[in-house]
Amino acid sequence: MSLILNEEQRLLADTAREFLSARSPVTAQRRLRDERVAEGFDAKLWQDIAGLGWTGIPFGEESGGLAFGYQGLGPVFEEIGRNLSATPLLSSVVLAGSLLEQAGSKAQREAWLPALIAGEKRLALAVDEQVRHDPSAIALTAVADGDGLRLDGEKVFVVDGVGADGWLVAAREGADLGLFLVEAGTPGVTVMPTGLVDSRNHARLRLDGVKLPASARIGAAGEAAAVLDAALDRGRLCLAAELLGASAKLFELTVEYLKTRVQFDAPIGSFQALQHRAAWCHVHLELARSTVMAGFAALDDAQCGADERARLASLAKWKAGETAHRVSNEAVQMHGGIGVTDELDVGLYLKRIRVAQACLGDGDFHSQRYAALTGEG
Amino acid sequence: MSEMDAFRAETRAWLDANCPPSMRTPTPDGGLVWGGRQVDFQSEEQRLWFERMRDKGWFCPDWPEAYGGGGLSPEQNAILEAEMRRLRCRPPQINLGIWMLGPVLLEYGSEEQKQRFLTPMARGEIRWCQGFSEPNAGSDLASLKTTARDAGDHYVIDGSKIWTSYGDKSDWMYALVRTDTAAPKHLGISLIVLDMRSPGVSVAPIDLISGKSAFCQVFFDGVKVPKDQLIGPLNGGWTLAKRLLQHERKAMSKFGEISLPTHFHLLPLIERYVPASTRPADVALRARASAVAMDEHAYTLTVQRMGEEARVGRDVSGLMAIMKLVHTEQERDKFEVLLDALGHRALGWECDEFTEQEKAITKGWLGSFALTISGGASEIQLNVIAKRVLGLPDGKQGDKQS
Repeated sequence: MSLILNEEQRLLADTAREFLSARSPVTAQRRLRDERVAEGFDAKLWQDIAGLGWTGIPFGEESGGLAFGYQGLGPVFEEIGRNLSATPLLSSVVLAGSLLEQAGSKAQREAWLPALIAGEKRLALAVDEQVRHDPSAIALTAVADGDGLRLDGEKVFVVDGVGADGWLVAAREGADLGLFLVEAGTPGVTVMPTGLVDSRNHARLRLDGVKLPASARIGAAGEAAAVLDAALDRGRLCLAAELLGASAKLFELTVEYLKTRVQFDAPIGSFQALQHRAAWCHVHLELARSTVMAGFAALDDAQCGADERARLASLAKWKAGETAHRVSNEAVQMHGGIGVTDELDVGLYLKRIRVAQACLGDGDFHSQRYAALTGEG
Repeated sequence: MSEMDAFRAETRAWLDANCPPSMRTPTPDGGLVWGGRQVDFQSEEQRLWFERMRDKGWFCPDWPEAYGGGGLSPEQNAILEAEMRRLRCRPPQINLGIWMLGPVLLEYGSEEQKQRFLTPMARGEIRWCQGFSEPNAGSDLASLKTTARDAGDHYVIDGSKIWTSYGDKSDWMYALVRTDTAAPKHLGISLIVLDMRSPGVSVAPIDLISGKSAFCQVFFDGVKVPKDQLIGPLNGGWTLAKRLLQHERKAMSKFGEISLPTHFHLLPLIERYVPASTRPADVALRARASAVAMDEHAYTLTVQRMGEEARVGRDVSGLMAIMKLVHTEQERDKFEVLLDALGHRALGWECDEFTEQEKAITKGWLGSFALTISGGASEIQLNVIAKRVLGLPDGKQGDKQS
């Protein structure tokens, strides 16, 4: 299990950096926000990303993908974080797409995967119902209804849920969990946008007596919880990489400011009170990078057990989240007055970081999960 | 077969034939052999391994044969190290002289000094200690005040060194002394070597809050040192001291590697002492423990990552700069959590009621305070990161030592 990128992966990282800084810089995210674009991302950019092949990175060749592995996707998400780029890569490819590839029927895979990889259609994963992420607290019900099923309930904070061509919905079936594909346009489905501080696409999804054919079920009964957990871990790691990229870039901006801002006739970066806090940020960024690399390596390592993979995913999401939290707070404080103005990009980073921290499990969630998975060690 | 392949095969065969079986096991605590005037062996095989490596010149494989070394090229030395790792050979002896003073003597010593000091060093006959820190010169090492006064054909040394590891067991010391009290502090320092049996030298071991320790304080009261024991230029000692510390870092990365977390596995201990409950205090303590355990895991992964980066030739100086700080701060955090989890059972002292592990935790906790102070305090580490890694500007005064 290697914790460093190989040459191919570095090359991809370089491409991602060049492409996103040219095509999707922070100014583009500011424009999406100011223009209140409903889907939260630039459709043309998404088409071009699919054209570059990034949407095929994690999928096997039999699904029409590149089988490049998640260690290849990690650096792409880091660049997404650095540029605050908004794309449905997480929702449609990593969360919904990978889940469908792993557990979907042949018909489901054939119907959706090529279109997802081409960027022609997109899916979103609908799990949470509470204020905080908790896949164990699913109350939305699926009950038998003639030859098919009926779903009732509500999902919140569905990433890129607005404008999706379908949603993968986690539902309670008696004691079991079930996963179902609900296509856009199905009667009884209501989608409402939820505005969050990051100005991205988040949705409330209401299902009122939604009737589905039996073929809408994803995976075998009884397996849904494990399948869902694995998909969530892939998403958590991509979010960890995004958090790492965002905080690394924000820290670079802050160090630059410390070197140039003069007060008391000296650059403020010469003051030890600030130097030590900045040094700690560097320390935590390095530690976070190791956990993110280990998590992605585990995803691609067939020898790695499910529990160890889950433990490393929680470690990375926790560490990258905690680090991003520290760095973003320090960035605002060290920038002083201008740090709290909308004119500066610092605030945009802070806002995206907080949403990415809360998404798919905050620090408390992953700390508890890590401890439970470590057990008697 | 290339020349290097032949050397590898030859070396492997020699090590296999000469390294006794018990010397191919991990070294237990207290199981290291220290070279010196008197060497204490714990087993016959330990003695054999010491003597065979000594006679081969492989205490210092890459030193010239003229000074008792093995005369190996850097490539050959790397092969020897790799083969020793492969066979899991223990180091045949530990000696600060070889790792730190030796390379500096090779670079700066006179021919006479090389002959005189390097040869016995290479045979493991002198145990060296280091006299750097003083009671009033810790983090600010260059403010040291132990003086070497010029008295014609010799110097007279007065003052004191502190935190000298194994000062009571060493034969010779290399020390930084002030030879010009009028010059700016970095420019009045010289490197000198002296026999610990010289009249006027006295040594007092230091007990720490955790109990006995290897640290000593060394006192110099009118100690006469011949002038030919000055190493390098008069008042040029600061440059040599920096070289010594570079060699120390190199030796650390070669032998000690980077420190790994101590073997107190936090989460299983928490499971034992703080059973899962809904009491808010227990929930909070378990959450703290989890955070500390996760940070420790992140550190272990970082050690691994740094190793991989270094092997492919990438610059790891930014990573290297954080390791001591992270490790020592994390150890302190871990023992603080353990102390809270074990309650009074972590506070036992010289009492059989407590288990060996509990007593080890008590000592570990008290010992952890020294970790964030010795070898460059945490605040110094942070200065180094801020300036060397992040490139932040120097302050107007004060902390120039980093």
